Formats: sequence, C-alpha cells, structure tokens
Amino acid sequence: MASSATTVQEIRPPGRISFVGRVLSGDNLAQTVAFICATLILVVTAALVFELWIHSAISREKFGFHFLFTSTWDPVAGNFGALPFVYGTVMTSALALLIAVPFGVGAAIFLAELAPPKLSDGMTFLIELLAAVPSVIIGLIGFLVLVPMLSVVVPAIKDLFGDHPPFFFSGPFYGVSIFSAGVVLSVMVAPFIISVSREVLLAVPKDLREAALALGATRWETTWQVVVPDARRGIMGSIFLALARALGETMAVTMVIGNTPKISASLLAPGNSMASVIASQFTEAVGNLYLSSLIEVGLVLFALTIVLNGAARLLILATGDKGASR
Amino acid sequence: MKLSLRRKAINAVMLALTGVCTALAVGLLFFILGYLFVQGGFSLNWNFFTKLPVPVGETGGGMANALVGSAKVLLLATCLGVPIGFLAGVYLAEYAGGAYASVIRFITDLLNGVPSIVIGIFVYTLLVVRTGFTTYAGGIALAIMMIPISLRSTEEFLRSVPTALREGAMALGATKSRTIATVVVPAAIRGLISGMMLNLARVAGETAPLLFTAFGNQFWSPGWAQPTATLPAMIYAYAVSPYPDWHRQAWAAGFVLLTLVLLVNITARSIVASGSSHKSR
Repeated sequence: MASSATTVQEIRPPGRISFVGRVLSGDNLAQTVAFICATLILVVTAALVFELWIHSAISREKFGFHFLFTSTWDPVAGNFGALPFVYGTVMTSALALLIAVPFGVGAAIFLAELAPPKLSDGMTFLIELLAAVPSVIIGLIGFLVLVPMLSVVVPAIKDLFGDHPPFFFSGPFYGVSIFSAGVVLSVMVAPFIISVSREVLLAVPKDLREAALALGATRWETTWQVVVPDARRGIMGSIFLALARALGETMAVTMVIGNTPKISASLLAPGNSMASVIASQFTEAVGNLYLSSLIEVGLVLFALTIVLNGAARLLILATGDKGASR
Repeated sequence: MKLSLRRKAINAVMLALTGVCTALAVGLLFFILGYLFVQGGFSLNWNFFTKLPVPVGETGGGMANALVGSAKVLLLATCLGVPIGFLAGVYLAEYAGGAYASVIRFITDLLNGVPSIVIGIFVYTLLVVRTGFTTYAGGIALAIMMIPISLRSTEEFLRSVPTALREGAMALGATKSRTIATVVVPAAIRGLISGMMLNLARVAGETAPLLFTAFGNQFWSPGWAQPTATLPAMIYAYAVSPYPDWHRQAWAAGFVLLTLVLLVNITARSIVASGSSHKSR
C-alpha cells in the first residue's frame, strides 16, 4: 500500500504535484528542511548587517564620515571619533604580520620542503593545536607573563639606542601597549600562516623542484626562486586570512593593549583597537549615542574583515588549491 | 669555486633558519602548555569545581557556577548551531547546485569571518536590549558562530563519500532522503563527528560574544533567562583584576579550559586519522 503510493508519486512529473503535496511526502520534506536551514544562514547574515546598520544610525547621522577621521573619543561630552581605534587596529595588525609572516613562511617552508613527511605531519599537528588555544588564554599569558617580561626587556632595548630612541620606541613604557598587543597577536596568527602556506607549498608540482635541482640550483635556491614564487598567491592569501583574524581578535588584545583612546607615534604607548574598545566599553556605555557609536565601530570592523576575507579567498582560489580555501 | 661555496653557505644558513622558525612555533606551544599547567596545576583544588566565587579579600572559593554556565551555554549552542549547519551542509552537498549553492557558500564564508565581538553586538541588539542578559542569548551567539563551521565540515565530508554508494542505494529503490540518512551520512560519520567536536572546541574558548550576552554572574544562574558566569569570561575578569588571589583562580580556570579544548581537539583529530588509515592513501 505504502510502496505503491511512493511509486505513483515518483512516476508523476514533479510539476504536477501541488506544493503542499510535495512537502508532505517524506523525501521532499527532508529536502525542504535542509533548504530552510541553508536559507536560514542567508537570513541570519542579512539580519546581522541590518541590525548593525539600524543601531548605528544615530552615530552615522550625527558624525557622518568624520567618524572615521576624528580622534576625540569623549563619552562625557558625547563626541565620538573612531580614528584612535582604527589606528590601534592597523598598527597592532601590521606589527603582528611583521613578526608572524617571516616566521610563518619560514616554518611553512621547513615543513613543506625539508622535513620528512612524518615529522612534518607531527609538527603541523602541534602547530594546529597552538591555533586552537583560546584567545582569552593567550591573553592571560600575555597579561600576566609577557607584559612583565617586556617591562624588563624593552627598557634594555631602549638603552641600546642611547638618549634618542627612534620615535616609534620613545616615551615611557608601562607594559601594556600597542607593541605588546602586536606581539600577542603575532602568536595568534602565525599558526594560520604556517598551516595554510604549507598546504599551498605542498600543492606546487614536483616537476618544478626537480627541474630546478637538475639545473644545479641548491635546495634553498629551488625553494626560494622556484617553489615560493609559484605559491606566492596562496601565501599572500594565507597572510590576508591572518590579517582578517588579527583585525577581529578581541580578548587577547583587550588584555594587553592598555585601553587608552589616544594616538601616539610610539609603539610603546598604550592604545586601543576597534575590537577591544567594543569589548571594554560596551556594557558600560550610557546613552544611545555612545552605544550607537560603539556599534558603528563594530560595523566598520565587520566591513573591513569582509573585504579582507573576500580578497584572501580569491587569492587562494586563484592558485588553484581548493584544499586551502577552507 | 668561491661562488659555489657562498651558495652552499647560503643554502645551509637559510635552511637552518626555516628549521629554527618551526622549532620556535612548536616551542611556543610547549611554553604555553608548560606555563599554564604549572601555574594552573598549583592553583587548582577541589574547591574550584565545587564552590562559588568569593568576594575580594576572602580566600578560597571556586568557579562551579562558571563551569555549569559554560556547559549550559555550549549545550544550547550545540543543539542550535550543529543541526542547522548540518542540514544546510546536507543541502549543499546533496541537493543544491548552481548559483544558489554558490551564494550560500559565499555567505557562509563571510559569516565565518565575522569577528566574534560583532556577533556579540548582533545578539545584543537583537535580544539582550529586550530581555536583558540571559544564558540563552549567550548560547545563541555561540550557535551563530557554530553554524558556518558545521556547514562547511558537513559539506566537505559528505562530498568525500563516493558517488557509487549513492547510486547503489538509489538502484535498490531507496528514496534520496533515505539514501542520505542510511548510506551517505553513516559512510561519513567519523568525519562528521570530528568536525562537530572541533567546532565545539573552537567556540568553547570564545569570550568576546559572551561579554554582553551571557554577561557574568557571581552566583548560580537558575534556568535560562538570567545572566550566567562562563569559564572564558571569568578568566578575563579575573586575569585583569589587580588581586593575586584572583590571578590564581584565573590560572586554574585557564588550565581547566585549555585541557578541555585540547582534549576534544586531539580526540577529534585521532577519530579522523584512524578512519582514513584504512582508506587507500
């Protein structure tokens, strides 16, 4: 009885069955539920953009584009400009990349080109575990271990410059600073650069290496002049992904950056980033304008990460290695 | 001959440097683990698991409420985020094709890249402004973070199931949904489970979206409609406090959180590894 009903339904062309009829038959019900779940993702994302846009309206209307280029952040007077946070985010992220990229690419080269496969897999496993360490734990170690450590190391480095340290290393150092935040961030993004770059390097065809070695190039020359250039777009992609992560990283940065809405030329001065100003001030924001300004900072952050993520994915796809695009 | 020596030297030095980079990265992991296990190990005691936090000045106390709070928030996030992501992943892998699938994939990547603090703002403006800080708001925030990862891992592992299996089931007269439920999903089950575990491990340490959804609480949080303490948020609050005794508690909490996260991670990865070993690789 049941089986004959199924057969009849399946022979009939789908267009003939009413929508409700299709939904109620088990097979289509499953498809419909799956479809709804997939569509839900679009709905959630649209709602997210909508909410950020609507709730930042007060701030957007009051400050316009000046919001991004004004450096006063005065909750008492109701004057808000996001420039110190944009500056803090850019500086900490740039510093993080400056440290993490050479190390990350170096380690990726070792893992992809030199290490025996077993060692490479084991090391990659450990490095991926490093990526799994929660942000707040990196922050905990950053705040309670790294910051006191830097308070000893940095003045010693400053002494090397004598009486006139370069502008980016001038001024007093209290431990919490843009510099500390950059160092902590570099620890967080390096594993990404390593594991994605390694995959991209492994995807480079063997023939290229063999041809270069046959021409008499050393191992390093083969790697640096043949393999790395071939994988450069994928490596760039991994750096973009790392940058996108660095921009949005919240807890670890909040704990070591000092949370001071000021722009200082010196990296040793405390600052604030977009994510960390939201984390540290959101729950104590009094008044609609204050809250709306913080939400606008979130909107800017959101837009920035989307642009970067898009660029990263395009770059990685362009190298033709789909495995790394995850 | 001189040039050749130079090239050999550069070769050796640069290759050695790449090794040093790797050693540093791996060494960093062991430094973090070692430091946390020593500090946390000394700070951890039975009270940590059974007692409530005590006010500043009093010694002792624990984070029992944060452990339960984290468990509740994660349970809710998993119950919401994983099934939605899973079904959407099934849709992409088994049903959808063409433009709509690409759109969903693109949007999923986009949602995955959204900073977690922004997700916190979203849930705040959507829910918390109406209901106040609640346990379920925290769960929903984490669920939104779990959906994209759940979707991508489901799609990936379902796609790795050979088409021949599907064709075999269909040829035996199974409907499509039956094929998926009884053949495709079981064939990919190891990957699916490990994907879900990695997903859980990732959001378990998330702090930023909880700061203004689940908020925090010094006491027990009965039910789902009140603010609750969570382990990551407690680590943050205790670490940045000026009290050494609170730092001790933060180390203990960090120790517990990292142990859980790494255990789940390692288990998940070994599930996949043991599954793929008897495939022809």
